[in-house]
Amino acid sequence: MSDTVNETPAQVDLSRPTGKRQMVDNLIRGLVWIAAAVAIVPLFWILGTVVAKGAPLLFTAEPDYTRICAVEAKAPTKEFLDYKRVAASECDKDDTDNAKNIWLSGGKYPGVNEFVAYRPVTPLTKDPNAAASGGGIVIKGREPQAQKQSVVGIPSSDKAGTVRTASADWWTKDQSATDLREVGGGALHSIIGTLELGLITSLIAVPLGILGAIYLVEYARGKGFSKVVSFMVDILTGVPSIVAALFIYAVAITILGGTRSTMASALALVLLMLPTVLRSTEEMLKLVPDSLREASYALGVPKWKTIMNVVLPTARKGILTGIVLGMARVMGETAPLIILLNYGPRLEWNPTSNNMGSLPTQIMGATEVAANYPGAERGWGAALTLILIVMGLNLIARTVGRSKKSR
Amino acid sequence: MAKRIEAKDLNIFYGNYHAVQNVNLTVEPRSVTAFIGPSGCGKSTVLRTLNRMHEVIPGAYCTGEVNLDGVNLYGKGVDPVAVRRNVGMVFQRPNPFPSMSIYDNVVAGLRLNGVSNKKTLDEAVERSLQGANLWNEVKDRLGKPGVGLSGGQQQRLCIARAIAVAPDVLLMDEPCSALDPISTLAIEDLIQELKDQFTVVIVTHNMQQAARVSDQTAFFNLAAQGQPGELVEMGATEKMFSNPEKKATEDYITGRFG
Repeated sequence: MSDTVNETPAQVDLSRPTGKRQMVDNLIRGLVWIAAAVAIVPLFWILGTVVAKGAPLLFTAEPDYTRICAVEAKAPTKEFLDYKRVAASECDKDDTDNAKNIWLSGGKYPGVNEFVAYRPVTPLTKDPNAAASGGGIVIKGREPQAQKQSVVGIPSSDKAGTVRTASADWWTKDQSATDLREVGGGALHSIIGTLELGLITSLIAVPLGILGAIYLVEYARGKGFSKVVSFMVDILTGVPSIVAALFIYAVAITILGGTRSTMASALALVLLMLPTVLRSTEEMLKLVPDSLREASYALGVPKWKTIMNVVLPTARKGILTGIVLGMARVMGETAPLIILLNYGPRLEWNPTSNNMGSLPTQIMGATEVAANYPGAERGWGAALTLILIVMGLNLIARTVGRSKKSR
Repeated sequence: MAKRIEAKDLNIFYGNYHAVQNVNLTVEPRSVTAFIGPSGCGKSTVLRTLNRMHEVIPGAYCTGEVNLDGVNLYGKGVDPVAVRRNVGMVFQRPNPFPSMSIYDNVVAGLRLNGVSNKKTLDEAVERSLQGANLWNEVKDRLGKPGVGLSGGQQQRLCIARAIAVAPDVLLMDEPCSALDPISTLAIEDLIQELKDQFTVVIVTHNMQQAARVSDQTAFFNLAAQGQPGELVEMGATEKMFSNPEKKATEDYITGRFG
């Protein structure tokens, strides 16, 4: 039988790609996977680090090490770094007795019965390497060798624990009584400072932004002027914060003779918030259909009343979203705070003063000491607080922006 | 309350463009007048000049007079906003205010003109919604948003809103073209009832509607290709549809063009 008569047709090839084609597929897929991981992993890493290091500060307090003392049998000949002299009565009786016994029993200072007590400024903690510190208690963050020189006569004690207790101190106390090397206090001054700054900035930027947008959309629409202004405002949304701070420094402080203060920082933040609010309000107003304006005019309602009672309420949701997002942006801007405000550890309500705490500057201050000092750890707490505020504002913006039935 | 409105030597311009020329017409009180004509001939434009709504378009102006019971709406010192309180308008697409409830929509015109007495407003709401044949359907949900109604109901809400301010003349710009046939019939019945209290002028593309609803009909057309629109003929509806005087009118009515 001839095959040319009964030829089978060519088979349709439905099999998966193999060989070189498959290798290329896998390579591309792998590259995409790696790139995504490189982008996403750091985000989670940052968030995880901030939450892990900051959360304990927000909701708990370090155990109280203050009663652990070093007691010496004679007046010191040198001041120990990180120690402050306290009355012996401030120390735990067991520690004092213990120390006295050690010294007296060792016969080191026969006849001396004056004891001087020192308490470390920096908290003590259990030392993983007890032998080096000679007792199991160390100054947090210091090298073991340095411990030996400065930690004199402190008995080993289980009082140096690591269990934290629940505490709302973070939210209710400021840092006026606490050194960077000490535990204690909270971040109330920074939280109030940041919120007050945000409030003053919004009080100025929001009316200006909304009124500017109303002018551009309702009174100057279509004219070349409004297109130019919109374009310029778009550029202004990208101004670096330090440039805005420099401008305010030059104008408000050097030329007009004002002082560095919260008000000055607020003015710089207004320059950063205003373009965002204006542009988003402008877009929302443009979305209101003209038929609504016409319906209002046809009822004999003047233009400004139409804007106030028909156009703005219709665009209300979107405008609010723009405002909240603008606030979230400026809450974390640090350059204006560095240039125009001093960080003050005390709770301060007066916006014209030059010593006010704020979360970004507290974070900055935390980098001025070694990483294990409590001051540095409080920086992480401040970072987490700031992230919570900004995330909270974003959540509010989303909730407001989601479509809901109008009342 | 219903007044006579007339146009004398009305010419309408958009910037340099002459849109409508030499309109002279009179609308009697307590009647329904229909403006008919092909697309783009100026019917809606003329309608909008009757309450100075064309002025919201930048560059639009007109010459001539529009007299409301003898008072020239374009006279010196006349406030366009006040004109619109006396000559109301209902638009093609229903446009209730989305940020307001049904109650607030109906009294919007009154409230924004300073009326705040709750009793007055309540009475106005019931009166207007009754007048718009919408009261029975919404009386239990006056607090609900105005945009939650069907298309026909929304248009009746807009009519209620327009008549709540008690205008002398009610202008309607193709009020049924965005609605289904049942709602259209409801609105046409409503117009017959409204004519007892108001002077109604309605622009419509639908000639059967004009024949059903109106007492007088005005036919507009372009004078020629590229020329401004003009009023060709106006007269009693029965005469216009059975025995018009101008040939152009007859051609349009019988469907030879338009």
